[in-house]
Amino acid sequence: MELTVSDLSVARGGIPVLEGVSFAIASGEALVLRGPNGIGKTTLLRTVAGLQPPLSGSVGLERDAMAYAGHADGIKSVLSVRENLQFWADVFETGSIDAALEAFDLGALENRASGGLSAGQKRRLGLARMVVTGRPVWVLDEPTVSLDAASVVMFAEAVRAHLAGGGLALLATHIDLGLAEARVLDVEPFKAAPPDLDDFDGAFL
Amino acid sequence: MIALLTRDLRLAVRAGGGFGLGLAFFLIVVVLVPFGVGPESGLLSKIAPGILWLGALLACLLSLDRIFALDWEDGSLDLLATAPLPMEAIVSIKALAHWITTGLPLVLAAPVFGLLLNLPDAGYVPLVISLLLGTPALSVIGTFGAALTVGLKRGGLLLSLLVLPLYVPTLIFGAEMARRSIEGLDATTPLLMLAGITCGTIALLPFASAAVLRVNLR
Amino acid sequence: MGSIWEYANPKKFITTTDRLLPWVSALALVALVGGLVWGFFFTPDDYKQGSTVKIIYLHVPSALMAINAWMMMLVASLIWIVRRHHVSALAARAAAPVGAVMTLIALITGAIWGQPMWGTWWEWDPRLTSFLILFLFYLGYMALWAAIEDDDTAADLTSILCLVGSVFALLSRYAVNFWNQGLHQGASLSMDKEENVADVFYYPLLVSIAGFILLFIALVFLRTQTEIRARRMRALLARERMK
Repeated sequence: MELTVSDLSVARGGIPVLEGVSFAIASGEALVLRGPNGIGKTTLLRTVAGLQPPLSGSVGLERDAMAYAGHADGIKSVLSVRENLQFWADVFETGSIDAALEAFDLGALENRASGGLSAGQKRRLGLARMVVTGRPVWVLDEPTVSLDAASVVMFAEAVRAHLAGGGLALLATHIDLGLAEARVLDVEPFKAAPPDLDDFDGAFL
Repeated sequence: MIALLTRDLRLAVRAGGGFGLGLAFFLIVVVLVPFGVGPESGLLSKIAPGILWLGALLACLLSLDRIFALDWEDGSLDLLATAPLPMEAIVSIKALAHWITTGLPLVLAAPVFGLLLNLPDAGYVPLVISLLLGTPALSVIGTFGAALTVGLKRGGLLLSLLVLPLYVPTLIFGAEMARRSIEGLDATTPLLMLAGITCGTIALLPFASAAVLRVNLR
Repeated sequence: MGSIWEYANPKKFITTTDRLLPWVSALALVALVGGLVWGFFFTPDDYKQGSTVKIIYLHVPSALMAINAWMMMLVASLIWIVRRHHVSALAARAAAPVGAVMTLIALITGAIWGQPMWGTWWEWDPRLTSFLILFLFYLGYMALWAAIEDDDTAADLTSILCLVGSVFALLSRYAVNFWNQGLHQGASLSMDKEENVADVFYYPLLVSIAGFILLFIALVFLRTQTEIRARRMRALLARERMK
């Protein structure tokens, strides 16, 4: 299993934000994308996840090998923690959710309505969904937002277990993840330069 | 796919109002009409099929923006788009869930509300059949409209503006079928056309809805 | 001068239409004034309808353009979906208000004509009803363009709406035809030109139709240029923000 990104350019709202991004992640590896707010980390991840088309370049990844977690956790507040997770287990056809509940210490909360969870607990539930998907490639956008120190450790453990099982992960963050062994890629050098003014073509610049 | 359907139904039941709101709105429309046109039973029984169809259509419209808006807000739609379900299946399931929670109760309630409007005896069966055939098309077309406007703030009004013209053929053939049956005319043509529209929209429109949803998720 | 798609380049489109626009506008003016003056003052009154028949020189061309404008938008939308030429999408956007106004003119002149002829301003005649529905489609299409901020997203969504809308507009046309039969016999006043209109009315009608077509082309050229420039302005602003 490998994720290769070659010469990728991505746009947000029709404006190029990053260009010429290339990297490869092999099984058992994690890559952390860093860079200031607004540089285009989320856009890059959404492109890798196939939610938006790239401007140019390519993403080498089997479509059904990937699981994505964005800023929002996609939690239904009227469903219980267990029901939320079980839904995704059914969609991804992976059966049991007990391991995921265990990994993020949600066992005590499993029958609580998700609407009553704190922000950090919701985040843990959102991350537990990644375990449930059973997909080898994890694409995570700011996974540790609103997590306390103990939960960050919990998350790092889950990622390590995932990598040890032959998975790989692509993460974006600007804070520490507690994953010392992960490679780091600063995306700031890939910031797209403004296009030439004379080039008045289909893109209007 | 079953999982998505059961989740949507469960959400509709627990969030409350999924079943009730559309029905209550339908009832209010039916109650208000006699206030507007007068209580004369002859007139009411003449316009009853049209009013019932129009009421069902408006009640259906009322809940359209909830088809995708909630999933959009909490990020589930992004996650569903990266799940193993094809987008066409997602929009079809969403339309089906909308029909079960909105269209089906309206069909079942229509004969009761028909009593209020003095619907002629000959009208009950054709009315229910026409609603049963037509309301799935309303849900599928509405899903297309909801997919078009999903990312927009204040999309509700725009949604009505986009969807209502698309409802014209369904409304015409549906109401016409009920009316013709009451007048003792042959209702085969509107019946077939209504069934045709429903089958056609169910078969083809999900592709458009899915394409539109993908564009909106970018 | 290779392929026709070269004109899909915004710059090329603007320079070309800049050269064409004065000619098209002048021709439109000549044909419109010529056709209308000829029609209004130099044709005899109809033996049945009197002078009211002369509204035909506004009514028929605008009704024709109301439909043709939608057809043009449909073709432009298809070109955008298949080949992704921005000018095509913007031309569809530019044509919509023109088409909507044509539909409105057709409806209003129809009402004015209908008053003395049918004794009512509005009749739920299948043809009139279809035009009213077409007008609603125009409104929805324009509202969707206006509501979406990102230009490419708006182009994608509106072109799919145009496609789906065309199918439903056609369906509505048949539905309305069917629906009205149930209540009335067919429209008492057939507007089929071949049957009703004699040569003496026919030629000025052709001229004013040509005038409306040219007017439509001129307006679409002009409005597409405006859309391209507005789009370019937004792109330049975005470029400033990238620095």
